[in-house]
Amino acid sequence: MLILTRKKDESIIIGGNIEVKILGIEDGKVSIGIKAPKEVDIFRKEVYESIEEENMKAAIIESDIDEVKKFIREK
Amino acid sequence: MRLLTKHFGELDIDESKIIAFPEGIPGFEQEREFVVINNEDETNPFQWLQSINNPDLAFVIINPFHVFPDYDIILPETVQKKLLINDEKEVVVYSLVVVPKDIHKMTVNLLAPIIININKKIGKQVILEDSRYTTKHYIFKQASGGE
Repeated sequence: MLILTRKKDESIIIGGNIEVKILGIEDGKVSIGIKAPKEVDIFRKEVYESIEEENMKAAIIESDIDEVKKFIREK
Repeated sequence: MRLLTKHFGELDIDESKIIAFPEGIPGFEQEREFVVINNEDETNPFQWLQSINNPDLAFVIINPFHVFPDYDIILPETVQKKLLINDEKEVVVYSLVVVPKDIHKMTVNLLAPIIININKKIGKQVILEDSRYTTKHYIFKQASGGE
């Protein structure tokens, strides 16, 4: 991992079109401003990971598939 | 094309119905093509999202509005652009369902719906910025008792 030290109001540029700016530092919290092309999705990592985890679970059908099909038909 | 799937046996896939997911979906970034397999019973809200690339991979999906009539989502403009959406009539929304061993405890991910432009056959799993929704909503009310 690349580690850089930045002060408030300083930025880093990633790949020429993404700017990450430190807007404020207070009580152990950092507020970050991000300028990026609209097609770039930006998420809090824990949110993205929770979706990944849920997708993994959704892909594994623990119950027997025929049982699921039957159950679904009856609803 | 013919596809030998794990869950449905051999399927005859109409290639014009294949939906491109240019970014995959979180956790399955390499899966770029899916097809929706409709339930034989048309009144049944459950359907299946079958990967084309990986015949063993399928998800149970549901029309979220059918189960959660109050569900409403705002599609960010960036998503509308990515999916080339010009008209809301082009948009189809599905939610992924987790089916645990105890089927009654099925949950639906309302935070990250699968959004498909049905005319242009492009899809994306969209992570909403909406605190009303989580990745786990019980389908059957009785299942949430005691949780």
